[in-house]
Amino acid sequence: MEKYWGFIIPAVSVIVALVIAAFVIMAVGKSPIEAYAIMVKGAFGSSAAIVNTIVKTTPLILTGLAVGFGFRAGVFNIGAEGQMIMGALTATAVGINLGWAPPYFALSLTIIAGMLAGAGWAAIAGYLKAKTGAHEVVTTIMLNWIATYLSSYMVQVPLAVGSGTPKSPEIAPSAKLPILMKVGPMEMSAGIIISVIAAIVMYVLLEKTTTGYEVKAAGFNPYAAEYGGISISKNVTMSMAISGALAGLAGVVELMGVHHRFLGTLSGGKGFDGISIALIGQNHPIGIIFAALLMGALRTGSNEMQFAGISKHIVMIIQGIVIFLVAADRIVRTMILWRKRKKVKA
Amino acid sequence: MRVIEAILDVFRNPQFYSITLTASTPLIYASLGGVFSEVTGVVNIALEGIMLMGAFVSTAFAYYTGNPWIGILMAMVVGVGIAWLHAWASIKWWGDQIVSGTAIILIAQGITGFLMKPVFGQVGQTDLEKFKMIKHITKDINPIIRPIKLPFPENSFLGQAFGTISPLVILAFVSVFIGWFIIYKTTLGLRMRSVGENPEAADTLGVNVYRIRYFGVLMSGVFASIGGAFLSVGDTGIFKELMTGGRGFIALAAMILGNWNPIGAMFASLLFGASEAFANQLQSSKLIEVSSSVKPLFNMVPFIVTLIVIGGFIGKTRPPAADGIPYKKSE
Repeated sequence: MEKYWGFIIPAVSVIVALVIAAFVIMAVGKSPIEAYAIMVKGAFGSSAAIVNTIVKTTPLILTGLAVGFGFRAGVFNIGAEGQMIMGALTATAVGINLGWAPPYFALSLTIIAGMLAGAGWAAIAGYLKAKTGAHEVVTTIMLNWIATYLSSYMVQVPLAVGSGTPKSPEIAPSAKLPILMKVGPMEMSAGIIISVIAAIVMYVLLEKTTTGYEVKAAGFNPYAAEYGGISISKNVTMSMAISGALAGLAGVVELMGVHHRFLGTLSGGKGFDGISIALIGQNHPIGIIFAALLMGALRTGSNEMQFAGISKHIVMIIQGIVIFLVAADRIVRTMILWRKRKKVKA
Repeated sequence: MRVIEAILDVFRNPQFYSITLTASTPLIYASLGGVFSEVTGVVNIALEGIMLMGAFVSTAFAYYTGNPWIGILMAMVVGVGIAWLHAWASIKWWGDQIVSGTAIILIAQGITGFLMKPVFGQVGQTDLEKFKMIKHITKDINPIIRPIKLPFPENSFLGQAFGTISPLVILAFVSVFIGWFIIYKTTLGLRMRSVGENPEAADTLGVNVYRIRYFGVLMSGVFASIGGAFLSVGDTGIFKELMTGGRGFIALAAMILGNWNPIGAMFASLLFGASEAFANQLQSSKLIEVSSSVKPLFNMVPFIVTLIVIGGFIGKTRPPAADGIPYKKSE
């Protein structure tokens, strides 16, 4: 049984959350069955819907990996949102200036720039934790707000273009990710391939390399790891940097594959979604892919639900309940084992 | 040199001090809540969510009843309810306290956003006139708690800075003192601290660890919700989605900087409040022309100050030894 808990707990949590959310929908006088039907149809009902869901899933895999990698290393990177913004912002600054460059050069340079920016932004929190013990939850939240305001300034002054919504110019065509599939107005870029590759890389890194072993050891029991000769302060900074690089990459694929320019709404809570995704996926790269797909479907479907008069905030409530149940997983275990326990008592 | 002149001008302006108090008050309440929770050994990052719910609930009740004090009261009730959820997960079920706190923030953001339309009739932010039209209310509603006048000469510096003040601001300082008294001068406070430092020893001496921790977390719900309610019914009289804007986390930083002591946390809150007021005043200074597109840079200031302070000073403060560690009572 123990082997399956990693799957059972998140699955049961999601089901319980959907049931509670159904009552919330009923409380505002709507039919939950109808609402969920609209949601499923909105996410998977047509080929355009499926493409849309995959597009939404793409950055979520990466933010999920970012947070999940952090958890494995013993740090809670709640700052994926800010790292994503910095990644996209830096990639924009690079991407708009690469009109002269051939695609393979423009693509790789833009991607690397974005990943480095995300890594650097997260490394600030990692460094502070290693040097002074400042908790990464507080520091990364502060860095999130700084990134938000910084980007808002950047697209209003130095990178501004046109009027109306503050936005940057488009990145060079050679820095746009190739389109894999086009259904109506929906375009699916090669970003999804990048996301899946990142998941595989994280799997190999964690399971097959010494670095991965050290990261996990430091996360599992820092004192024992330190005793065993692993430098904790080096590991904390590095783990945050890797986590931030993944979050930065999320911003990069969103920029290069979807919007092609920096907009204030580009990150749109995807960094925070990464927390739910990592927890539902139990910090395992494969689990994270499926959890991201679930969240992507919820996001796509909830847009449709919005048209039916049900606020898409319901997704946040669902996410919150899932995280709550995964955090206190003993609640779920007890719920499942209830009958067994009763039998034992009798 | 105009910039230096403008900065000095900010400090000479009584308005800076009055805005500092307004900006600090939510932080003072919330950080006091954080102290109550963490002194007993339960990390409560849910402050942000509890504040948001406090702001929402107080506005809703102020609009429907016309009395902002009923709003505050109901905010406290709901605040305790959410704090209980966190306490239940982290004390009874040994849940991960940081993850549970994150969950509660999300739930609070979700619920407040979800209920905007059903409760206030519009999304984004509330509008009293529209609300009255939608709900067919004709009587006058004052959603803001009336400020009181302090007996300072009207045109003096003190009079301009602190002459008219919200009773909630005064109550914040009173709460800090009461909180400090409870935690450091009473038997209950001694038990709270012992449970946060060494729950096993406290348990051996007959202290009910779980009950004390519940008390600490529920109190954090009381204070954080008032802090949130201050943002709406104490100050602006409106509720905006996500209006707490990271203040729960700044309050956490204030608690850490204040070394988990209510009075220390109060001074740290004043520092962070002052940095917000400073940025706010500087950008509207007449001596330097600040175009609206540069405003985001000023908004960054409180967060940068918090980051620097927390990164630079934290080694000098020490959390309760059992902070964040679930207590597993052996059968």
